[in-house]
Amino acid sequence: MLADKDRIFTNLYGFQDWGLKAAQKRGDWDNTKALIERGQDSIIEEMKSSGLRGRGGAGFPTGLKWSFMPKESKDGRPSFLVINADESEPGSCKDREIIRHDPHKLIEGALVAGFAMRARAAYIYIRGEYIREAETLQKAIDEAYDAGLIGKNASGSGYDFDVFMHRGAGAYICGEETAMIESLEGKKGQPRLKPPFPAGAGLYGCPTTVNNVESIAVVPTILRRGGAWFASFGREGNHGTKLFQISGHVDKPCVVEEEMSIPFRELIEKHCGGITGGWDNLLAVIPGGSSVPLVPAEQIMDAPMDFDGLKELGSGLGTAAVIVMDKSTDIVRAISRISYFYKHESCGQCTPCREGTGWMWRMMERLRTGDAAIEEIDMLHEVTKQVEGHTICALGDAAAWPIQGLIRHFRPELEKRIHEHNAQFAEAAE
Amino acid sequence: MPKVTVDGEEIEVPAGATVLQACELAGKEIPRFCYHERLSIAGNCRMCLVEVKPGPPKPQASCALPAADNQEIRTDTPMVKKAREGVMEFLLINHPLDCPICDQGGECDLQDQAVAYGRGGSRYERENKRAVTEKYMGPLIKTIMTRCIHCTRCVRFSEEIAGVDEIGALYRGEDMQITTYLEQAAAHELSANVIDLCPVGALTSRPYAFEARPWELKRTLSIDVSDAVGANISLHSKGREVMRALPRINDDVNEEWLSDKGRYQVDGLGKRRLDKVFMRKGGKLQAASWNEAFDAIAGQLEGKNSSIAAVAGDMVDCETMFAAKALLNACGSTQVEARQTGMTYDVSNIAAVNFNSTLAGIETADCILIVGSHVRWEAALVNARLRKAVKGGAKVFVVGPEWETTYPAEFLGEDLKVLNRVPKGLGDAMKAAERPAVILGGAALAKGALGAALKLVDKFDLVKDGWNGFNVLHMSAARMGSLMLDFTVPGGMADIAAKAPKVLLSLGADEMDYEPFADSLKVYIGHHGDKGAHAADIILPAASHAEKDGTYVNTEGRVQFAEKAVFAPGDAREDWTILRALADALGVNVGFDSFGELQGKMIAEVPALGEEGLADYGALPKADSSAKAEGSISAYPIADFYLTNPIARASAVMQQCSAELLDTNEIKEAAE
Repeated sequence: MLADKDRIFTNLYGFQDWGLKAAQKRGDWDNTKALIERGQDSIIEEMKSSGLRGRGGAGFPTGLKWSFMPKESKDGRPSFLVINADESEPGSCKDREIIRHDPHKLIEGALVAGFAMRARAAYIYIRGEYIREAETLQKAIDEAYDAGLIGKNASGSGYDFDVFMHRGAGAYICGEETAMIESLEGKKGQPRLKPPFPAGAGLYGCPTTVNNVESIAVVPTILRRGGAWFASFGREGNHGTKLFQISGHVDKPCVVEEEMSIPFRELIEKHCGGITGGWDNLLAVIPGGSSVPLVPAEQIMDAPMDFDGLKELGSGLGTAAVIVMDKSTDIVRAISRISYFYKHESCGQCTPCREGTGWMWRMMERLRTGDAAIEEIDMLHEVTKQVEGHTICALGDAAAWPIQGLIRHFRPELEKRIHEHNAQFAEAAE
Repeated sequence: MPKVTVDGEEIEVPAGATVLQACELAGKEIPRFCYHERLSIAGNCRMCLVEVKPGPPKPQASCALPAADNQEIRTDTPMVKKAREGVMEFLLINHPLDCPICDQGGECDLQDQAVAYGRGGSRYERENKRAVTEKYMGPLIKTIMTRCIHCTRCVRFSEEIAGVDEIGALYRGEDMQITTYLEQAAAHELSANVIDLCPVGALTSRPYAFEARPWELKRTLSIDVSDAVGANISLHSKGREVMRALPRINDDVNEEWLSDKGRYQVDGLGKRRLDKVFMRKGGKLQAASWNEAFDAIAGQLEGKNSSIAAVAGDMVDCETMFAAKALLNACGSTQVEARQTGMTYDVSNIAAVNFNSTLAGIETADCILIVGSHVRWEAALVNARLRKAVKGGAKVFVVGPEWETTYPAEFLGEDLKVLNRVPKGLGDAMKAAERPAVILGGAALAKGALGAALKLVDKFDLVKDGWNGFNVLHMSAARMGSLMLDFTVPGGMADIAAKAPKVLLSLGADEMDYEPFADSLKVYIGHHGDKGAHAADIILPAASHAEKDGTYVNTEGRVQFAEKAVFAPGDAREDWTILRALADALGVNVGFDSFGELQGKMIAEVPALGEEGLADYGALPKADSSAKAEGSISAYPIADFYLTNPIARASAVMQQCSAELLDTNEIKEAAE
């Protein structure tokens, strides 16, 4: 279990004030100038040594991502940092806690990270529904400007850096990095083709890095306490601390900062007061937000909660939004609801996702009531395979995976429903 | 030059090529819907998936993937086949199976590719198909949006080529819809090209709706005569009727676009046609016979054959003009003129009135001064080229009344004096430019600005190695041909009028002023009952461009040949035969008895007309140092883009376009 002294987010629950004074008492903005004076390359090296992997879901090493940014501008184009606060994944609620209770960690992180990647400014794209959070964040940005921490000669470092907040309009797809860039530019939020990658041509055609809120907010602490300290948590390749968001059928759902690779059982027992109705009542867990496949109870119980451990189970850590489902759950309906979500949020740009998500959802709805044929389960599986990997962005994959997980682990349940439904039908016919 | 392997065959592809282009070079067909050579890459239809190594273990969109050295591309693996089948299945689940009543049937990409790459049957059986409400896109584009597969070609065309943000997508996911802003008509000059681009039957041609099937049509190679660009078209005819005109690909002229007028004036070919000989008797035009008409003409001349003049209209071919000139020369007259609106610019050196940069070349210009030309209306396809130049970094300045450009441009006012004293901004931009260009339009020629504009050649250094930046943009398809045939007199129409000819032959001249010729016998040889026919004393029905072979020269001096698509209606004859018969009636010898002989004589006189391609006019003349530009351009010659020639004026479609897209009367009435 993570000791209190090793927590990065010391005001995660909002027991203290979020304002600048209180944040400074907690150690934020403490001689940020010194962090910047270490120089760009040294900051990136420190980040690489910390083993931080992107907290937005894909788990790409953050230090490496920054190193893709151009060292100098050959044609006068500035570089930008875009911070992804469009937290819309069902189950995820960590960025919200950071923004409303510890916004200065994010803003300081933006400055340091922006400096390290030679960015001119940071754009924080915040989810449209986060109204209060956006207000808090804007106030925090204003406070930081007034205190000279950002803006011209930020924190007395001689580096000019601006931070802008931009509010989204409620589209899940704008959480995809290139769709976010499109949306920031004022266009319809649709993912762009890659290549070119944002590090080459991103926001307004300039080199851009898109990072998750959590990835950026932990940066100042990592630099202060050292990459080695951060790397001391978790298994090889999965270092650091992580905000887990546990929801569903546990006694006390919560957002908690924990060590990576913590076993699932320990996470639930220590922080959530156990599964509703005891461990025998656990049916399945979606360990990383709605887009990853579910993992059945017996496989997840003692699994380490990290990128590689969950990948071995055919799932993923995603944003570490752990959705716990006990045996009272109608699992088919749950996945069907997720399918509806993806159908609703598909941007409509590319064919497999636009047409496939609707098909998959309608199929799921029929499987929910059992109004289908057994072969249609295989057909549905094939359709998910036809969507997965055939689209511009990962939304197609995200829509396919939950269904694949369901078919992989709960096929008997699907068949049972079909048989029950057909039996009913057969009786009526007699 | 990267080397790649396509299905085991090693080929070298040009740098910057995509995997799709590499496959095409290797002779592999890659199905696609959203990809189009002339539009930006969208990569959204996912039909062009191929397997590429090295790369992720999933199929890649070949249209968006750059070809790189040592790539191993497979287009024939089970994975690729499955991916194509999958995408095709998705496209079809919400696409209506209404091919039998769809105008795209027979020339539909979706239909063809479904046969070639799709599955045999559908597995999406129990669900209803999506229905999308009708969208209004104006009198030219018919929409059945249920058929739309969201390839966004139309969106990209209006944004990138036309430069008018009119078409876009609404909503998302399954509910995504392509529409125009607030469902207004798409009102620009190139709007109907989206019909060609649409790979399915979502956007089809409204005037052509339910008229014919593609396999019933005879295709004839022709040239568009609605402006001086000379767009290459193909006339599709059924029986004796031209059903539609579609652009042909010619990268030097029209790429693969066509202006709406060139495309939709064809229905005018069947309306208001002159199909009988008419003579004015007692103030009224009455049907007559050919002999009667010829006798009347001969009688008017009373043996004094030289008192005859000829004026050519905007759409006549070189052969007609040559035949007329031959007839007049045989009669002892030199009174021929093609600049029917009365322009008198110096034509002693044709290079000075040619579009020397060439249409394709103007794309590479980096600073352009337009003097007195509403390019969007006078040559819509040239405007698309100018937009490309601007996208490549060119600066554009315009002298003349303001019009809505589709690119950033600086208007320098209406006063032509700016040609004498160049404003600093323009001068600096021209000095900095490597390929500076000047485009002189009809309005400037009419004001006599040619001399002053020629002085800019030295001032702006317009002519350098491999570059000639001096351009005149004409509006009439016959203009360059007439200049090459020397179908002019120095003083223009005023000279002709001063001679008071007893007989005036009007070869489809409908824009000229007939007032000064009140005492002449006006013989109209043309195909439409328009202004010329109204003023005429004798009407000899002739053939339109679709009904005769002919040579046309476009504004850049490109000699092009158009073929006969259909027969002229009624008694109408090909123009040259009328002139040949008239020669007999007048008792003179023109020296040809067949079209071949006529052409041979014409080519012998002007060899350049015998070779398709750019004619060489030599170097620009020395500018007259005393030339001064005076006056100001208060209006452009074209008042209504859709009604510039007799065919268009007869066309119901063009009239509707003019009324709906240009005329604001309706709105005014509604507001009152």
